[in-house]
Amino acid sequence: MTDATPQRATEPGVARDGPARRGRGGDEGEGMDYLVSLPRRVVTVYLPLLVFLFVLLFPFYWMVITTFKSNEELYDFKDFSPFWVVHPTLHNLHKLFFETHYPIWLWNTMVVSVVATFLSLFCAVCAGYAIERLRFKGSRLVGMAIFLAYLVPPSILFIPLSTMVFSYGLFDSKFALILTYPTFLIPFCTWLLMGYFRSIPYELEECALIDGATRLQILVKIILPLAVPGLISAGIFAFTLSWNEFIYALTFISSTTNKTVPVGVVTELVEGDVYHWGSLMAGALMGSLPVAVLYSFFVEYYVSSMTGAVKE
Amino acid sequence: MAAVDIVGVRKAFGATEVIHGVDIAIADGQFVVLVGPSGCGKSTLLRMLAGLESITDGTISIDGKVVNLVPPKERDIAMVFQNYALYPHMSVFDNMGFSLKLRGAPKAEIDRRVKEAAAILDLDRLLERFPRQLSGGQRQRVAMGRAIVRDPKVFLFDEPLSNLDAKLRVAMRTEIRALHQRLRSTTVYVTHDQIEAMTMADKIVVMHDGRVEQIGEPLELYDRPDNLFVAGFIGSPAMNFLPGRIEAGAGPRFVSDGGVSLPLVAPPGGVGSGIDGRPVVLGVRPEHLHLADEGAAAEVLVVEPTGSEIQVFTKLGGADVMAVFRERHRFRPGDRIRVAPLPGQIHLFDAESGRRLVP
Ligand SMILES: Nc1ncnc2c1ncn2[C@@H]1O[C@H](COP(=O)(O)OP(=O)(O)OP(=O)(O)O)[C@@H](O)[C@H]1O
Ligand SMILES: [Mg+2]
Repeated sequence: MTDATPQRATEPGVARDGPARRGRGGDEGEGMDYLVSLPRRVVTVYLPLLVFLFVLLFPFYWMVITTFKSNEELYDFKDFSPFWVVHPTLHNLHKLFFETHYPIWLWNTMVVSVVATFLSLFCAVCAGYAIERLRFKGSRLVGMAIFLAYLVPPSILFIPLSTMVFSYGLFDSKFALILTYPTFLIPFCTWLLMGYFRSIPYELEECALIDGATRLQILVKIILPLAVPGLISAGIFAFTLSWNEFIYALTFISSTTNKTVPVGVVTELVEGDVYHWGSLMAGALMGSLPVAVLYSFFVEYYVSSMTGAVKE
Repeated sequence: MAAVDIVGVRKAFGATEVIHGVDIAIADGQFVVLVGPSGCGKSTLLRMLAGLESITDGTISIDGKVVNLVPPKERDIAMVFQNYALYPHMSVFDNMGFSLKLRGAPKAEIDRRVKEAAAILDLDRLLERFPRQLSGGQRQRVAMGRAIVRDPKVFLFDEPLSNLDAKLRVAMRTEIRALHQRLRSTTVYVTHDQIEAMTMADKIVVMHDGRVEQIGEPLELYDRPDNLFVAGFIGSPAMNFLPGRIEAGAGPRFVSDGGVSLPLVAPPGGVGSGIDGRPVVLGVRPEHLHLADEGAAAEVLVVEPTGSEIQVFTKLGGADVMAVFRERHRFRPGDRIRVAPLPGQIHLFDAESGRRLVP
C-alpha cells in the first residue's frame, strides 16, 4: 500500500539523474531524494563525514600512538614512521602512574568535578525553575543577568576570585575549585535547564496544583522526572567543563598533591624545556577516557535533550 | 458535592478586562455548560473557579464558603484539561492515584478507589500502561478517572472532547453524561460547541465577550433566546435573520428591508403600539419554515440533502435564508418556492439593542 507514494517521491530524482539512476531502479527513496543516488550520497554525506571524522579523531590517534612509543622511536623520524608504533612500550604509562602523582590528580579532578557538578545542578534547577515558572517580577531580567554572567571570561574573573579565595583561606584546597567552578557552571546549566523546563507543558503543573501538590512536590515529582534528559546533558556539560578546567586550577592550587589532571600534566611533565611527550600524551589519554565513557553512556539522553521536548 | 455561586466576578489581565462582571448560580448536582465563541472568557472563568487565576473583583463561593483566596488544593475540585495533562512519566494507575497519594491516603484505599474508578470507565486492563501507549479516547477517560478518584465537590471540564474525532466525541458525550447521572456531582463544563452544550447541560450559560448573554435550560434557550447573539449561537443550522420594520395596520405585518412582507399572527397581547415602524430583526429557524402558497417567494440557490432532511439555501428578498425540510422535495437551483414561518415560530428582536421583543 505504501509502495506507490515513495516511488512517486523519487520521480524528480529519476529525471535529474538520468540513466544512471534508472539502472539501479530497485533503490527506494524516502523523501530526501537529493541524497538518493550513490554518487550524490558520497559527495553530500560520506565525504564530509569522513573529513569530519578525520579531523576529530586524528589527535586521539596521535595521543594513543605517542603513549605507546619509546623515546628513541619518538624522536627518530628517519628510521621509524611517525604514524605507527613499531615497538610498543608501557614505559610512559609506568612513569605516569608510578613516578608522578597522576593517580592523585585523577582522584582530585574526579572529586572536584563531581561535587562542583552536583552543586551547580542543584542551584541551576532551583534558579531555572524559579525564573521559568514562578513568574516573579523581573524574572526575565534575572535570566538575562545570569546569561551575561556566563559571558564574562574566566581569564578576567580569576583575578577578583583569587582575592576572595585567599581571604576565605581556601587557597590550595579542593574547595577553592569546588566553589569557583559553579561561577561558570551555574549560568550555563541554568540556561540549558530553563529551555528544558519551558518545554514541559504548563498544564501538567496546574493539574498537579489542583491534585494537591505543593511547589516543591511539583518540582520533585513532576518537573524533575520529566527533565531527566535535560539534567543529564547539563550534568555532562558541567562535568566536562570542570574536568578540563585549567585557569582556576592553575591559579588556585600550588602543591603537587592538590593538582588536577590538566594542570598536573603540563606543570609536572614539562621540566624546564624538556617535554616528556610520551607521558604527557599518556596523561592526556587517561584523562580523557572518563569523559568519553560518560558521554557514550548517556549519548541518547544527551541528543534527545538537544533536539526534542517532552512528548506526552 | 456542593453549590457554586459566582457573583459579580471580573477578571483583568493587566489593564485589559476580559470578564466584565459575571453572575452564575449553580445548584448542587447540576451539570452546567459554559458555551460561547472562542476568546469569550470561558476558560478564564473556569480557571478562576479552579483557583489557577486570581479573581480581580467579585466573589466565588463553593458550598457557601468564599474561596477567592483559597489555593486550588484546598478547594476540593477536580479539573479535566483539554489536552488531558496526564503525567507522562506515570502509569495510568499512578496518574489516577497521584492526588490520593499526595493526601497521604493509605495504599489499600488508593488501590481500591483507583480500581473502582477504572471499573466505571472501563480502564481495568490499561492500569499498567503509560499515557503515550493510549489512544486519544483512552487518555480522555484516564483524565476523567483522575477526577473521579478524588470524589471532589465540583468537577470542572475545559473542552475535554475537542481533541477527539467526531464519532468518539459523540460517544464520550454520552459517557460523561451517564457518569454525571451516576455520580450526581456538581459539574461545570466548558465548550464552544453548542451541540455539546444542548445535549449535555441541565443549564446552559451562553457567554460572549466576557459577559453572560443568557442562562437557561437548553430548550428554553432554543425556544426563547433573549437576544440576537443567543438566537444565532444556539441551534444548528443557525437561525435566519431578516432586518425590517413592523407595520401596524389591520393585522400587524413584518416588512423586511428587501420587501418581503409577512403577517404577524400570534401575539395576542399585541405588538406594542410603540413598536410601529421601529427597526427590528425577525428571526426564524430553518426548521420552522414550510412551503406555503401564501408565503414569500424565494429563489433556491443550493440544495444539500443530508439523508434525514434536505437543507435549502435560498435568496429571500435580498437576504440569505436557509430552510430545512424533512420531506424529500426535489428542488433545483433556480427554482422559485414560496416559504412561510410556522405560526408562532418567529422571534422579534430590537435592531439596535439586539434584545428580544415580544412574544
Ligand atoms: N494570561 C493571559 N494574559 C492576557 N490575556 C489573556 C490571558 N489569558 C487569556 N487572555 C485573554 O482573555 C480572553 C479570554 O480567554 P479564554 O482563554 O478564557 O477564552 P476561551 O473562551 O476559553 O476561548 P477558547 O474557546 O478559544 O478556549 C481572550 O481574549 C484572551 O486573549
Ligand atoms: Mg478555552
